[in-house]
Amino acid sequence: MHRIDLFPTHEYKGLKLRAGRPYPFGAMVVGNMVNFSVYSRYATECTLVLFHNREEEPFVEIPFFKEFRLGNVFSMIIFDLDYENIEYGFRMDGPFQPEEGHRFDKSKILLDPYAKLIVGRDVWGQQPNWDSLYQYRARVVFDDFDWEDDMPLETPVNDLIVYEMHVRNFTCGASSGVKHRGTFAGIIEKIPYLKELGVNCVELMPIHEFDEFENYRPSPVDGHPLYNLWGYSNVGFFAPKAAYAASGRFAMQVDELKNMVKQLHKNGIEVMLDVVFNHTAEGDQRGPYISYRGIDNKTYYMLTPDGSYFNFSGCGNTLNCNNPNVRDMIVESLRYWVTDYHIDGFRFDLAAILGRDQQGHPMSNPPLLESLAHDPILGKTKLIAEAWDAGGLYQVGSFPSWGRWAEWNGKFRDSMRRFLKSDEGVLADVKERIIGSPDLYASQGRGIKASVNFITAHDGFTMMDLVSYNEKHNEANGEDNRDGENHNNSWNCGCEGPTDDADIIALRHRQVKNAVTMLMVSQGIPMVLSGDEMGNSQQGNNNAYCQDNEIAWLDWNDLERNADIFRYFKRIIQFRRQHKVLRYEDHLSHSDYRNLGYPDFSWHGVKAWQPWAGHNNLTLAFMLNGQYADDDFIYVAMNMHWEMHGFELPQLPDGMAWHVFANTGVPSPDDIFEPGEEPLTDSQREVLVGPRSIIILVGKTLTINH
Amino acid sequence: MNTETYKLGAELDSFNYQQVQDDILAILEKGSSVLLDMADCHYISSTGLRVLLYSKKVAATKGLKVCLKDVGAEVKDVMDVTGFSNFFDYA
Repeated sequence: MHRIDLFPTHEYKGLKLRAGRPYPFGAMVVGNMVNFSVYSRYATECTLVLFHNREEEPFVEIPFFKEFRLGNVFSMIIFDLDYENIEYGFRMDGPFQPEEGHRFDKSKILLDPYAKLIVGRDVWGQQPNWDSLYQYRARVVFDDFDWEDDMPLETPVNDLIVYEMHVRNFTCGASSGVKHRGTFAGIIEKIPYLKELGVNCVELMPIHEFDEFENYRPSPVDGHPLYNLWGYSNVGFFAPKAAYAASGRFAMQVDELKNMVKQLHKNGIEVMLDVVFNHTAEGDQRGPYISYRGIDNKTYYMLTPDGSYFNFSGCGNTLNCNNPNVRDMIVESLRYWVTDYHIDGFRFDLAAILGRDQQGHPMSNPPLLESLAHDPILGKTKLIAEAWDAGGLYQVGSFPSWGRWAEWNGKFRDSMRRFLKSDEGVLADVKERIIGSPDLYASQGRGIKASVNFITAHDGFTMMDLVSYNEKHNEANGEDNRDGENHNNSWNCGCEGPTDDADIIALRHRQVKNAVTMLMVSQGIPMVLSGDEMGNSQQGNNNAYCQDNEIAWLDWNDLERNADIFRYFKRIIQFRRQHKVLRYEDHLSHSDYRNLGYPDFSWHGVKAWQPWAGHNNLTLAFMLNGQYADDDFIYVAMNMHWEMHGFELPQLPDGMAWHVFANTGVPSPDDIFEPGEEPLTDSQREVLVGPRSIIILVGKTLTINH
Repeated sequence: MNTETYKLGAELDSFNYQQVQDDILAILEKGSSVLLDMADCHYISSTGLRVLLYSKKVAATKGLKVCLKDVGAEVKDVMDVTGFSNFFDYA
């Protein structure tokens, strides 16, 4: 049966046209037709501008006729376009009245807000033609891809071990040894490495199209170029960053990214995207017209009563997330990434902004967050909030969740860092963090799975720098060391930066192992910063957003240099994955509610069953009862005091004995054992825990070797 | 099983894909597998990759094959990073 509406009704300069389908927005190929659709509440006229690929001048500009407009949507079908050789944009006419929120300018050619393929920044660092009238250029894209039987993995949240990484930093260094450095394809080449490490989810720092030349400038220190490397500045919410694809110069980034997701999934690794819906790359009134400002400024941006831009993002503008149309765009974008790219989850940058109303006030039940929590397509997608913004709204523990949202637990980072450097005033808080922050997440019934635990993330020091620097060293960023966090809770172990002192180096390695141990034995979803597993340093730079060079790129030679750290990471991750008792979904009861002889979880101190806060509040121990999770018993003693202490061990059920899995206080290779191959402890009554050290014991049935 | 060789031109994209697709399907229709000689092909677009994969899938429904031969390094590279190369046998 053939459709009866597949015939043109209009002709314009040799092109055959008819009224389009208003929905879905954007451009879509259907047979020999391309449907274009764009909405603007306040525009009076709209023109479709078509270019041949990479040509400066358009070959045709087609006005949307009156009969091509439905409501506030302009839509048009064009027949028989050579759609792989087409780049399209829009001109919008309407009022220019900034005080009313309108900034229409029909001299500008604008990117489709729903563009799914954007060209113009195809090869990283290649200067565009700055005089070009149309710089980020939308193309039509295929939505077919042979996924075979792939789907999002739906790994239970509490089983995740997240690896936060940057596409470029991961493999850009020559030492990565990959063929396609700094690309999605480069990540595929490193899948065996990720599997060896044991993580089961990669969280990619922004991969939506952005402009690496935003704030481009030479470094005042040595003149090297400073880029927007991190990409927290969206040009488009539906299109991948072309320059992150080895095939970007052929505009095949969509297929390459899909292939990357498919290959990671084949290896049991989920893909989470860091999404930036709080602002765009257009900046404030001094910024360029890329898309939204010219398409419908008053709809897309949160504006003050006099029409200037609210700046809750710290980046010049704020996306008007709770305008119903923008809300729809965000939901559609996320649905698209899940449907078309099989993305497993999202981390929302400065997510507190998503809960502000159109005047900027925090709402108690923000409709956008509620929509996302209840969306059918996102029904099993992980939603993780960075629960604060640059406008002072801090919602860790109170982010509106509807039982669906997890949070980056910034308090975990702060408490654990302080404990790590032997801060005496933080023990009570540390204990909350270890058990999945019930003080933050139990009251709403959100459970342990609401807490994404981390000690390091892209913002701030790497783990090696956390134990090597007291102060940030961001001079290379060209802002006189004013940028970046000042309160790092870091300790350099006795010398600021690189040193030849073997004792300091050994202490730093031990502190790194202590940190990752705290992360991996705490309840909640652990997140590892890419490179920490090899002791990566950024030379004390705690805000390397612009350092597209050896400062931010991983140096894969570190794997050899810090082999003991890598080995420790692999084993502690493996240990966590083997022990369900470390990965509860809901908070523990601290009681023996099944009459098994021991509570599910118990606190201890240097004396068993006595969680006495002695030794300057710097010792603690706890035991997880394996009987509650069909697992072994696990006992952890943390001694952040600078002296050695003996810890009395709780007695196990008959026939079981304590085995030592890890002891950060002894040098490699005896610092950590193969999970399942742990040797018996010297004593079943007491362990000695060295200065600033952590011991992990496993209580399991004693097998006697004859 | 009969196999017929089909030689691709310098480029395969949305401009010329229809002819290539028709030609390959015509060979399959005759009951022959296809050996695609890609020695002269130095550029293949998204559309082009889809023509190859579509042909291969049509062939499979008929118990036939589409094999690639002499794929140039650059084309092979694009096929590798986009995952298309995984679907094909090479002669």
